Amino acid sequence: MDFTLSDEQLMVAAAARTLLSDICGPDHWHRLMHDGRAFDPARWAALVENGLTAVLMPETAGGMGLAELDFALVAIEAGYAALPEPLTDSAGVAMPMLAQLAPGHALLADPAAIIALAPAINPWVAAADVASAIMVERDGRALLVRRDDATLTPVETIDPLRRLFRLEFARAEDLGPADWDLALDRAALFAAAQGLGLAQRSVDLAVAYARDRMQFGKPIGSYQAVKHHLASAQVGIEFARPVVIAAAADCPSRDIYARARISEAKLVALDAADSAARAAIQVHGAMGYSWEVDVHLFLKRALALTNAWGTPHFHRQRVAARVFTRPTGPDTTFARDPLENETPHA
Amino acid sequence: MRLAYTPEQIAFRAEVRAWMQAHVPATPLEHYDATRAGFEAHRAWEATLKSADWGMVTWPVEYGGRGLDLIQWLIFEEEYYRAGAPGRVNQNGIFLFGPTLMEFGSPEQKARFLPPMASGAEIWAQAWSEPQAGSDLAGIRATARRDGDDYVLNGHKIWSSRAVFADWAFGLFREPGSERHKGTSLIVFPLTAPGVTRNPIRKINGHVGFAEILLEDVRVPAFNRIGDDGQGWHICMATAGFERGLMLRSPARYQVAAGALAALWQARKSGADISGSSEIYPLDPALEADVIRAHINADAYALSIYQTASRLIAGAKIGPEASTNKIFWSEMDIHLHRTALAILGPEAELIVPPGAHDWLDDYIFSLAGPIYAGSNEIQRNIIAERMLGLPR
Repeated sequence: MDFTLSDEQLMVAAAARTLLSDICGPDHWHRLMHDGRAFDPARWAALVENGLTAVLMPETAGGMGLAELDFALVAIEAGYAALPEPLTDSAGVAMPMLAQLAPGHALLADPAAIIALAPAINPWVAAADVASAIMVERDGRALLVRRDDATLTPVETIDPLRRLFRLEFARAEDLGPADWDLALDRAALFAAAQGLGLAQRSVDLAVAYARDRMQFGKPIGSYQAVKHHLASAQVGIEFARPVVIAAAADCPSRDIYARARISEAKLVALDAADSAARAAIQVHGAMGYSWEVDVHLFLKRALALTNAWGTPHFHRQRVAARVFTRPTGPDTTFARDPLENETPHA
Repeated sequence: MRLAYTPEQIAFRAEVRAWMQAHVPATPLEHYDATRAGFEAHRAWEATLKSADWGMVTWPVEYGGRGLDLIQWLIFEEEYYRAGAPGRVNQNGIFLFGPTLMEFGSPEQKARFLPPMASGAEIWAQAWSEPQAGSDLAGIRATARRDGDDYVLNGHKIWSSRAVFADWAFGLFREPGSERHKGTSLIVFPLTAPGVTRNPIRKINGHVGFAEILLEDVRVPAFNRIGDDGQGWHICMATAGFERGLMLRSPARYQVAAGALAALWQARKSGADISGSSEIYPLDPALEADVIRAHINADAYALSIYQTASRLIAGAKIGPEASTNKIFWSEMDIHLHRTALAILGPEAELIVPPGAHDWLDDYIFSLAGPIYAGSNEIQRNIIAERMLGLPR
């Protein structure tokens, strides 16, 4: 039993944070919003160049062949930076899926390629406009729709750094039966990981403000009512993090316990993100209600990710399936389902 | 990162499970705070644990423990709660004063106090709070006046758990005339010493488990001072760290309760009558979300403690994030038990017969969680100031 990250994992996380703080900070958000865009080709190129799109790709496809845990650490940092580009959907889910379904596919030769995802569980397709292709779930199969063959109708979302589309298409490449359960697990896990980052950024923004902002002759952060909002938000983060980390480490097990823990992670991490964003708005006072202060970006991303890749109700039901059909209690924290565990998926 | 037990850890779990199965009393003991008989039954259980070296598993072997690491401690606790073993009447000693003594006590003090603590021969109470010094502990007024080789203790301590029946207390006292954090010392005294009066305080569940302690010219040898003269505040803060940290509340406790809650929900949903009552009333289906939430909370707490245990084994030190633990478990405990009472509906208020799952008493107990061991308001101040860096 060892619940610590390796030095290599800590380095991956630190490198991702440093890179993203350089290329995805407040100035970058403001410029994109000013230009009415949610994608920066130069930033995407930097992500590719620094290997962040290669983490989960198999080595045979030119990737690093690392595991969900490693990518989850990157996804936490993507959340902290409110990253607009579809790093987690494309590099965390779609591209590895393509590599598994069609190892020699031409798209795999382009490390900068983006694939958007249209799983049955999501009503709209995120970032389809900047994708080379869209992977569509249809009766358990994966259809690959080239961007040129897709008709995209924008669906407006309140998140100014996110784009959603209704998808229609006439032609598609049938990649055969696909592991959409794995896609869901990974996408939900990485949404949870982003939730942790979103939550911490909200708290950090509010802490910085509360140290500076003076009222009644003192920084507002010296008042208990303000302190307690932020302390409560931090408690939510502290107890979501180990769930996300364990869910990421468990993900390859693919059994009912692993799936339940991913769902737990999504529930608690996005709950933490929502609570932290609301606390941060409150601590900022009227400033928190203004477009000028960036906290709203984290509130809106949390709202989007809370309901993408399975609503809270959907994920609670997955936890319920584990609670009501498997043993509970203190000796089951790290339990595994031997039957499902070894079953290879479609 | 390896979230699986080693063969040695699995074997250790089996060893604990077998011993618990053979030794845990078949019928629950009367609560240690309820009566002297209940208290003594729990003292006897401590001796039984000690007889097989299961008393203080994390203590070093030289002090009567097994020197186990924190993962083994978690496994032990999981099996302990799984078996429904009795509460630890000496937890003030085992988890608070014992570790304090190991860190700050002299070899002679360790030799004097640790063995009887380990066997349950001496049960400990904490004597820190005073009527005018609760959250503001530095406001204590109780004094320890040096008189030759003795200290003479005077003052009024209160909210001392177990103190009605316990044998010894570790108290915070100040040099007469000193102020605030200065001039304080940690001094232990027998609760049976001349000049000590213990007045039981009835709790909202009806038990008399805590007490006020009046000290009038209580004479103890200078040997009873733990650490240096004037070091009391520093030592108490270290003890409070243990208290808020890992060991005050085992994750296993909440995992057992969350499992029982899931079972209660399923039984009620299926119409089974598990309480002996024949009353039928409609269940609110929305409560299932809270049942699931209770499971998730207990799981999150367990994972967090495993994470902390792994970090400490790898050489890290516990920091102010320990304050998040206390807030999390205390609030989860209340949520869990409120959910149980909501499921029980009209039966929630009924006093349950001995031996039945006492959701009501556990609920009442959970309400103390945000208050004792440093109120949650104080913990939030600590988090805000020491973790987040907000100004004092």
